[in-house]
Amino acid sequence: MTLSLDWMIPLIPEEIVIIFALAALAVDFAIVRRMNPAVRWRVIGATACAGCVGAMIWIGRATNYGTSEMLALSPLTQFIKLALLGLALVVVVLSLDARFTRHTGEYYALLLLATAGLMLLISSENLLMIFIALEILSVPLYVLTAFDKTREASAEAALKYFLFGSVAAAFTLFGISLLYGMTGELGLGAIAAKLRTQPVEPVCYAALVMTLIGFAFKVAAAPFHFWAPDVYEGAPAPIACFVASASKVASFFVLAKIVIDGFGPIRGGAAWNDFRAGWMPVLAVLAVLSMAGGNIAALAQTSVKRLLAYSAIAHGGYALLAFFGNARQMLPALLFYVITYALTVLGALAVAGAVENSANGDRMAAWAGLGRRAPLLAVCMFIFMLSLAGIPPLAGFFGKFYLFTAAAAGQPHLGMLWLVIVAVGASAISLYYYLQVLKQIYAVPPPAGAMPLRASRAALFPIALLAALVIVFGCAPGWLLGRLSAVLNSSAF
Amino acid sequence: MLAWTILISFLGAAALVLLPAESRRAARHTALLTALAGLACALAGAVQYERSAASGTPVDLVNFSWIADLHIHFHLAADGVSITLVLLTGIAAVAGVLFSWNIERRTREFFALYLALIGSVYGVFLSFDLFLLFVFYELAIIPKYFLIAVWGSTRREYGAMKLALYSLVGSAMVLVGLIAAYVVSGAQTFDLTELAKYHFPAAFQHWAFPLVFVGFAILAGLWPFHTWAPTGHVAAPTAGSMLLAGVVMKLGAYGALRVAMTLFPEGLRAWQNEIALLAVIGIVYGATVALVQRDLKFVIGYSSVSHMGFVLLGLMTLSKIGLSGAVLQMFSHGIIAGLLFAVVGRMVYDRAHTRDLTELQPMNLSALAPFAAVTFVIAGAASMGLPGFSGFIAELQVLAGAWQVFPRLTLLAGVGILVGIAFMVRVWIKAFFAEGDIKASAIPIEPISMPERAGALVLLGTTVLIGLWPGLLLNLITPTLNSTLFQGMVKGGPQ
Repeated sequence: MTLSLDWMIPLIPEEIVIIFALAALAVDFAIVRRMNPAVRWRVIGATACAGCVGAMIWIGRATNYGTSEMLALSPLTQFIKLALLGLALVVVVLSLDARFTRHTGEYYALLLLATAGLMLLISSENLLMIFIALEILSVPLYVLTAFDKTREASAEAALKYFLFGSVAAAFTLFGISLLYGMTGELGLGAIAAKLRTQPVEPVCYAALVMTLIGFAFKVAAAPFHFWAPDVYEGAPAPIACFVASASKVASFFVLAKIVIDGFGPIRGGAAWNDFRAGWMPVLAVLAVLSMAGGNIAALAQTSVKRLLAYSAIAHGGYALLAFFGNARQMLPALLFYVITYALTVLGALAVAGAVENSANGDRMAAWAGLGRRAPLLAVCMFIFMLSLAGIPPLAGFFGKFYLFTAAAAGQPHLGMLWLVIVAVGASAISLYYYLQVLKQIYAVPPPAGAMPLRASRAALFPIALLAALVIVFGCAPGWLLGRLSAVLNSSAF
Repeated sequence: MLAWTILISFLGAAALVLLPAESRRAARHTALLTALAGLACALAGAVQYERSAASGTPVDLVNFSWIADLHIHFHLAADGVSITLVLLTGIAAVAGVLFSWNIERRTREFFALYLALIGSVYGVFLSFDLFLLFVFYELAIIPKYFLIAVWGSTRREYGAMKLALYSLVGSAMVLVGLIAAYVVSGAQTFDLTELAKYHFPAAFQHWAFPLVFVGFAILAGLWPFHTWAPTGHVAAPTAGSMLLAGVVMKLGAYGALRVAMTLFPEGLRAWQNEIALLAVIGIVYGATVALVQRDLKFVIGYSSVSHMGFVLLGLMTLSKIGLSGAVLQMFSHGIIAGLLFAVVGRMVYDRAHTRDLTELQPMNLSALAPFAAVTFVIAGAASMGLPGFSGFIAELQVLAGAWQVFPRLTLLAGVGILVGIAFMVRVWIKAFFAEGDIKASAIPIEPISMPERAGALVLLGTTVLIGLWPGLLLNLITPTLNSTLFQGMVKGGPQ
């Protein structure tokens, strides 16, 4: 018997990330444990950065694509992994000045493990693999959410996240087992083939709904969103950034993969003149609930992080509109939207973290006069908020525009226009609460004797970079769209 | 030449952002220079257009592929209608800077937002790609909000938010209509002239037209969606109200004409009477409410609703005389409303610190500030529509056009004019010419400054010039209304 290691080759980027995760632990234990915190965070952070960058370089160079029953490596999956690694890298840098825990090595190791889970999730072609990857992603995130032991909110958030997450995972697992029982398959392609030939039994729809619940939880679509506000508010700031950005991008991609590849034959219909059972009506209901619920709840928030959480729920609802587009536009619209959204919300939460650090809270009052106290942070927040509100020429505007156009064009006779109308209306309402934040920043004078707010360079640099990207992708969306259609065309998705 | 107006304004705004925060003088001069440069470009462009294209067809300024996947082009072009409004924007921008000379708080930011707003307005008037037009249209919302929320007066946060939300709801309606039109026409182009050639199904036009038209007309103060206008105008700083009434309301009317009416001529036929009725209700209602206001700014705010009603009524006549009256009325009202707000906000309120007519009554302003009083009387006469001023020609054309189509409504609109004269006379008497108890010398009042005089003369000169020589603008407007783009609309279908 010869020992072959060939199977490890396609997964080298994931392996790099895992190895560096272990390296971060080892460096911490062996070398820097007794040094002062600044040095310790920087050394271990540099190790984590090296892991992300190494994996990115490998992905950029490797061209061995292929698909097996379990895994798919295509230009598309590799492109999304690059985006995810980029987001993770920003989170790693943002964490450099965090001082909420003494367990630096464990912190970065868990962060990298969660990143590895994300990458695996992107490549999985098999429901069981998808489930495993989801757990590899989720378990570190539960722990990381609880990492700030000085705050009760952190523990509470983690507990909620864990309880909701595990129930949702149970639903998904049950759905998968039902599917397996009916079709005898776990691969997405094989399931689709069976569904196409077999008569569709009612229990099939039960399986569909249960599987989707797990993902609705992951993307924080209403009514499975209850964990989100607490996690955004309670988790350490960089972890909230990670949950809101990278985790969301990956979850949406996998959701798209499952419903198109796996459940393609039972799509049903959600057009106003053609309502049929399938995943389309389920997603349409989730979208409406998320857009309406998220936006209305956000109107009443006084904490900016909670406001961003509810706005994230609403944005999840907008993103679901992409699923009603036609085959050619659906994925570019979805991916453009979630990637630019991830950049924006990552930046906004990072600013919120910086403000929270200096003002002991992120209540609206803590933002008063930020335009005076920290001009650069304020300008960046201005850009992020307006992009989330969908004001041109920022990335969020074009992302929404493309989503809405794709959804309207996706079904014959403007079938999905009703959902577009809901989305456009919801989006108009949302300007109200984004402007509330901006009003605090620019229109309300700073409290008497307020000191200028100094954010560390490790926070300022990524935030400014993200703001610049939001402008660039808004003014010239052609580059990202071109990349997306190029990788899509060569991936035969 | 005309495309430079947009670029110059945004560059001016960017330059202001980079100035040091304390340099108020430099900020003012930069803003004035930028506005003047914009006006110069607009004038040069207008002359160039009139010499080269007598046929009134649109002339391309810039056209390149912007977002290829969706067939979106960065397409700027101009015809007589857009040039008229670009000229208005240029003049209003210069006057607005002159009347904001006394802004001392966060001067640099004020003018940066001001120029950003001006740049977006130029952009809307010159865009011939619907996506681009919509981008500029939405871009204008944010500066408006901050100009009012930071530098405004009475209930400024409420007024600012109300304006922002009304604008956004209007543009949401427009967006739905645009996306639907794009999809129905085969998702091949957002180009205005191309889409105008496409024959949209009648059933589609019947719901798309009111959606897009009302979406735009909210910003033009169409009754009953006008309620943002009085509160917004009152809350805004002087230059803000001047721009709101002067050019922002025209964005709405322009969009209604340029997009809703040209794309959906059959829908327009179907809804013509209903919208004309709303326009006339606006004329009469605005004038009547203005008659009983105590706050001087509210008087002018409601009078704007009334005068914009003439624009919408003129649009609904679909006759050449009515349409050219509507476009001329956009220009004329922009100048006159700007002037009235300048007198009320800058010359009166900044000195007397009140706009309440009962409090102004004893002050005897005509003796305290004769320049303000004279300016206001002339502007009021122009606003009433007396001959010799631009408003006369415009409203006369609108009424002549409307008489042929809606005789009864035209009579009602005539009543609106009479009420308009009444409220203006009431304001003259109460605010300026009441016999006051207080001696003129009792209140020290700062004299009217040079920039104010210059701004007032620019606006007064314009309205008199157009009043005496309307051909200057009608030579631009009439050929354009005869061009194929608008003829399809008048005849009820694409050529």
